[in-house]
Amino acid sequence: MTSDMRYILCADFGSTYTKLTAIDMQALKILGTSAAYTTVQTNILDGYADALALLEKDIGTLDYDKRLAASSAAGGLKMIAVGLVPRLTSNAAKLAASSAGAKLIATYSYDLSDAEVEEIFNHRPDMILLSGGIDGGNKEVILNNAEKIARIEYNFPVVVAGNKAVAGEAGRMLESGGKEAVITENVMPELNKLNVEPAKAAIRELFIRRIIDAKGLAEANAMMSLEIIPTPLAVFNACEALSEFGTLTAVDVGGATTDVYSMADGLPENAAVIEKGLREPFAKRSIEGDLGVRYSMESLIKEAGIDRIAIESGASPEAVTAHCKICTQDTSAVFPSGSTAAKIDNALAGECVRISMNRHAGRLETVYTNMGEVQLQTGKDLTKTKYLFGTGGSVINSSAPETIMAKALYSQVDYDILKPENPKIIIDKNNILTAMGLLTRVDKQSALSMMKKELMSEEDM
Amino acid sequence: MQASTVVLGVIGADVHAVGNKILDFAFTNAGFTVINLGVMVSQEEFIEAAIESDAAAILVSSLYGHGDIDCRGLREKCQEAGIGDIRLYVGGNLVVGKSDFVQVEKTFKNMGFDRVYPPSADLNEEIAEIKSDLGID
Repeated sequence: MTSDMRYILCADFGSTYTKLTAIDMQALKILGTSAAYTTVQTNILDGYADALALLEKDIGTLDYDKRLAASSAAGGLKMIAVGLVPRLTSNAAKLAASSAGAKLIATYSYDLSDAEVEEIFNHRPDMILLSGGIDGGNKEVILNNAEKIARIEYNFPVVVAGNKAVAGEAGRMLESGGKEAVITENVMPELNKLNVEPAKAAIRELFIRRIIDAKGLAEANAMMSLEIIPTPLAVFNACEALSEFGTLTAVDVGGATTDVYSMADGLPENAAVIEKGLREPFAKRSIEGDLGVRYSMESLIKEAGIDRIAIESGASPEAVTAHCKICTQDTSAVFPSGSTAAKIDNALAGECVRISMNRHAGRLETVYTNMGEVQLQTGKDLTKTKYLFGTGGSVINSSAPETIMAKALYSQVDYDILKPENPKIIIDKNNILTAMGLLTRVDKQSALSMMKKELMSEEDM
Repeated sequence: MQASTVVLGVIGADVHAVGNKILDFAFTNAGFTVINLGVMVSQEEFIEAAIESDAAAILVSSLYGHGDIDCRGLREKCQEAGIGDIRLYVGGNLVVGKSDFVQVEKTFKNMGFDRVYPPSADLNEEIAEIKSDLGID
């Protein structure tokens, strides 16, 4: 298949760097990439211009047919999900916001307390997803929460995706508090049935219409052929496209968060296993705001345990503490490969991968009954996924990316967690997943061909 | 509260699925909205489903003889969860062996169940009674 487009430029506006990728659509190859320092405080376009100058020095000035962009600048799309029961509508709201590429900062359940309302105000979210009650179910809690959210003195839009009987009323309550309310279908219309697509579409529409401007991306957006989307959504799209080659999981380790994507139905591999709880979607993303190798280092070390980092890296606990101090002061610090600091960084990234995958994957519980042994599965069974992709700076720039990614694999220690057993580990060495995710928006087949060429060898297929 | 919504399930480590399917079919045909949680349902799952669906009743089945242990505390947990007034029904082979049903009924009523049904209960009569309890004609 030939495209009538020749050159496409993909931009990724990050919080510290703007990354560009130039693509030749005829040759189906990446012509070059560049990165330049940016901040929203100055002007995001300066970073873009700098990166473009660098790129042009490399590959010359090209006439781009399309310009596409994703952004995680200014904290990304900061969202809060609100539902009724934690395992039910709150979880559904969380999954919907995550799949829309949001940076989910908190999830709340039941009637919001005064303290939680205060927390929401302090979080200054870009958007809230409000759910609660299946269709025909509970009405009171979503209305109470709409009223409380309406009174928060901070202007953010709210996507209402709860019990359809009162969604309109909840919307009017929010509007009376000066909040824009977008009413959409329930994220859980029936018990344990997910319906995330309408909420995802509403979030995307609001992101384009309101958040891009609010984040200082309006000018950049005007230069693009299609609206800017959140960076995690671009990665999500890339993973979704890649699933044509087989089931997969992907882990993106960042400085502040670790994201896990799985593209697999995750149904029990053994027919005798009984499924419990919510059946999660084929395309699932989870985001761990407490796992990251720089900004979230402290919470990561708390979760993993300093001794574990020390053992994994071969450094002393004191060295880990010292490293932590240095990196907190200089979050852009990088260390020479082979140094103790680099080894600690590898261990930190490995722990991000291990813990985030433990949280993402489903679980198998063995129950002994008078009918014999019965196994219960909650969440997705990812044991047989074919591929495991690793991306994010601390994975791809590491001297041992495969070792870091191997922490995502099934292990006897966590025997009850259904993590990939024997996937082909593929490292996004040239950091192309975001660009390829953007490309799927204009030409999915070409994006697939390029990812196949760039990421996979013959034996991987 | 949704008068015609009921939460259905087999409690505890009980995997008897056939009766559960029959109950689902019968109550659905009788006009109920049935939230069927299937087999091996914990007390917490019953309660969470009842909250989210604003159900008028929880229908608990137990076939394997451990119903007594599995059902204890369900009423109290409902009260803690803010749905203390919900109707609780239980039926099946609730205790091991051929116990006197009068005694079994007393035990479960003391636990806070509104009605208790033996294995031989007539499903049509059962449905009629539950409808009348919930004010459905």
